[in-house]
Amino acid sequence: MPPLPNPLPDAEAQCRHLADLLRPQLHRRPALVGIYSGGAWIASRLCELLGLDEEIGLIDVSFYRDDFAEKGLHPQVKPTLIPFDVEGRHIVLVDDVLYTGRTTRAAINELFDYGRPASVGLAVLADRGGRELPVAPSLCVWEVSLADSENLVLDKTEDGCLQWRLEHV
Amino acid sequence: MYNPQLNKDGELSHLLSIEGLPQRILTQILDTAESFMEVSARDVKKVPLLRGKSVFNLFFENSTRTRTTFEIAAKRLSADVINLDINKSSTAKGETLLDTIDNLVAMHANLFVVRHASSGAPYLIAEHLQRIGRDDVHVVNAGDGRHAHPTQGLLDMYTIRHYKKDFTQLRVAIVGDILHSRVARSDIHALTTLGVPEVRAVGPETLLPKHLDKLGVHVFHNMEEGIRDCDVIIMLRLQNERMNGALLPSAGEYFRHYGLTPQKLALAKPDAIVMHPGPMNRGVEIHSAVADGPQAVILPQVTFGIAVRMAVMSIVAGN
Amino acid sequence: MNIEIRNGRVIDPQNATDRLATLFIADGRIAALGEAPAGFVATQSIDATGCVVCPGLIDLAARLNSIEAELAAAVAGGVTSLVVPPDADPPLDEPELADRLVHRGAEIGKARVLPLGALTLGLKGERLAELAGLKKAGCVAFSQAMVPVVDTEALLRAMEYAATFDFAVWLQPQDYWLARNGIAHEGEVASRLGLAGIPVAAETIAIATIVQLVRDTGCRVHLTRLSSAAGVALVQRAQHEELPVTFDIGIHHLLLTENDIGFFDPHARFSPPLRAQGDRQALSNAAASGLAAICSDHTPVGADDKLLPFGEAKPGATGLEVLLPLTLKWAAAAGVELPQALARLTAAPARILGLADHHLLPGAVADVCVFDPAAEWQLTADSLRSRGKNSPWLGHVLSGKVRTTLVGGRIVYAA
Repeated sequence: MPPLPNPLPDAEAQCRHLADLLRPQLHRRPALVGIYSGGAWIASRLCELLGLDEEIGLIDVSFYRDDFAEKGLHPQVKPTLIPFDVEGRHIVLVDDVLYTGRTTRAAINELFDYGRPASVGLAVLADRGGRELPVAPSLCVWEVSLADSENLVLDKTEDGCLQWRLEHV
Repeated sequence: MYNPQLNKDGELSHLLSIEGLPQRILTQILDTAESFMEVSARDVKKVPLLRGKSVFNLFFENSTRTRTTFEIAAKRLSADVINLDINKSSTAKGETLLDTIDNLVAMHANLFVVRHASSGAPYLIAEHLQRIGRDDVHVVNAGDGRHAHPTQGLLDMYTIRHYKKDFTQLRVAIVGDILHSRVARSDIHALTTLGVPEVRAVGPETLLPKHLDKLGVHVFHNMEEGIRDCDVIIMLRLQNERMNGALLPSAGEYFRHYGLTPQKLALAKPDAIVMHPGPMNRGVEIHSAVADGPQAVILPQVTFGIAVRMAVMSIVAGN
Repeated sequence: MNIEIRNGRVIDPQNATDRLATLFIADGRIAALGEAPAGFVATQSIDATGCVVCPGLIDLAARLNSIEAELAAAVAGGVTSLVVPPDADPPLDEPELADRLVHRGAEIGKARVLPLGALTLGLKGERLAELAGLKKAGCVAFSQAMVPVVDTEALLRAMEYAATFDFAVWLQPQDYWLARNGIAHEGEVASRLGLAGIPVAAETIAIATIVQLVRDTGCRVHLTRLSSAAGVALVQRAQHEELPVTFDIGIHHLLLTENDIGFFDPHARFSPPLRAQGDRQALSNAAASGLAAICSDHTPVGADDKLLPFGEAKPGATGLEVLLPLTLKWAAAAGVELPQALARLTAAPARILGLADHHLLPGAVADVCVFDPAAEWQLTADSLRSRGKNSPWLGHVLSGKVRTTLVGGRIVYAA
């Protein structure tokens, strides 16, 4: 995987790129489900760019995480909102960064509590490697290699633009 | 100040009382409950959060209602639920409260939901768990004596926030037997912590604890004055044993003075909501026309109660 | 046996003595203070440098659930005489029971045991016990312990009868009806914690009734364990009237208030209950001005009876071994000089009991306590000889440690 470029890529441009990758699937009427918080912003951006008329779903995986025993409950849980019937739909989960794959696993589990989708895809802006589960993105704009001590964070600026930030932990 | 409910990081490890909890924690519980409301609306009303955990409902005092709501909440979190109705007979056998706890801890209990007739009993359990080094076992108070019923207090706050949005502009009246009410004490602490500027207690002197003003409460003996211009009216249940004796002459006289009728309700704000922790005594503290009327939110309280108890159990079990 | 206690600070409150001196004891009595009497040869010499030498403490209330352990605890706490309330099992209502208790105490040979006889049979507040017979068996006065006489006529008759023989009656002033359901002071803390309250009126109503009956009968009455400012004021008024009324205060009530209940600490459950800060202050003022005796109200309670929810836990705390250090703690906080503080534990209770020679002048019976007022020790269950490990002070560091205790000129405790 390529190293981290400086400056960081333009997240808004990456969203447009991701929309282009998704466009060929529109005939299947995919339903977008964004994972809080970055994935939710990207999903709503994709919805605008592709002119979808259906409200997007939003998912908070806090109740399905596998690290509850170690970390407890996330102090700010947001309600999951799936405004459509999942049964038989082609679902595209949207997230900002794919890393260990555990969040994706939790999101798929939660989704299945709403019904049995026809398929589930995964669209991400960034894949930073480091997978701990057999999970792969179906659509990805940016592959990048990061140190364990680094984190990619997607921010929303005051004027509503999406922007990458590098965090050291 | 030392607070046995909080762990060393200041996070909620047991829920024993609302008193002494920071606003941040109350808000966190209410916010989390909102997410659980959504879970309860799904076809599969269950999340895997407490999978493999054992929740013991320890009811030293009977309450099928409260026990059922905790049971539903724990099951929706995928916990295993064991109900123990501990009547006087086990105490007669000589087993103390803490003996019982030791036994259940040995059975790998993760969370105790405790209802007890003595004020403070859940504190005794929480302190015992700390003494024996089991900070991985949690206690939720489901009502202790006259002291506290914190999950009821929180579900009342959830209800108020749901209908009124902002706590900081409200006038709230609590009406009835405040002296013997653990619900009233929890509500008072929750309301003042969440910034409600005016909390009123309404009732005859025989049913009001002394020094209520020290808790930041305004006392009214006249109900018409007490509920005038209120946004929220919380009616309390009048227990049968209080009705005929030295505290009150009769249920009828009580109803005439402190029963919530449509005429009295008209003195509150037009959009005031009426709450009641249940079970109601129709014709004693509340008129049926009010209980079944458009301003009553008594059944939504029950629904919110499940989500609030899910939130509390999942937060304490994770800390 | 001749004993000399060298170079201690000798404090004898009854005779206003407070000086560095050597105390000489011969044949069980005080022989001299300062200069050895002619021909005195000490068979034992105790170095009391840095220590206080005072008359042995008299504790006006100590329950002896396991008599050997508790009498050992008493002398380890510097207590040389203790008054035993009659609420034992069975209640001390027959001369034979009193006789047996006194003899058992003498046999053990540590602190002196001064029993209170039951005023009424079974403490039921109905039929009078055989007061004269009990007196003859060694009872120093008559009492109902914590059990009130509900029937005011029965109380009147009991006091009349006691007055006939000039027996003193000790009463806990607490109205039965106002106190029967309560578990804590009816104040802010009880309201907050949802504990059933005992109003101050429970005490003042009882005092008013008792004082009126004293006025009518002339019976000598000692009121035990006052808990409230209003109660103290009522008793003081009776004393101004020169009615024969005395009172004592439990040491815990001088130091603790309702706030010490904290989060339902069963060790802060007392009967009468710990009251408000203003009450504690009034009790402290009364003790400081010499109006009252201080007692330990020693109540050993097993762990199983304390590890219960607040309202189910037995009231009371262990006291014999902490009476002295806690009194020193109170005196330091209240600005009371050491001789005055010790008077509350020696001369004052002696006066209430009518013991004339509880002092350190030659001829007096040598009941003596030698303690190091500065020695610090941590109160733990293991540090107590008493079977009662129940104390709100567990874990606290206290100052004041007894070095030697003598009863009748015999060393009954040496650290």
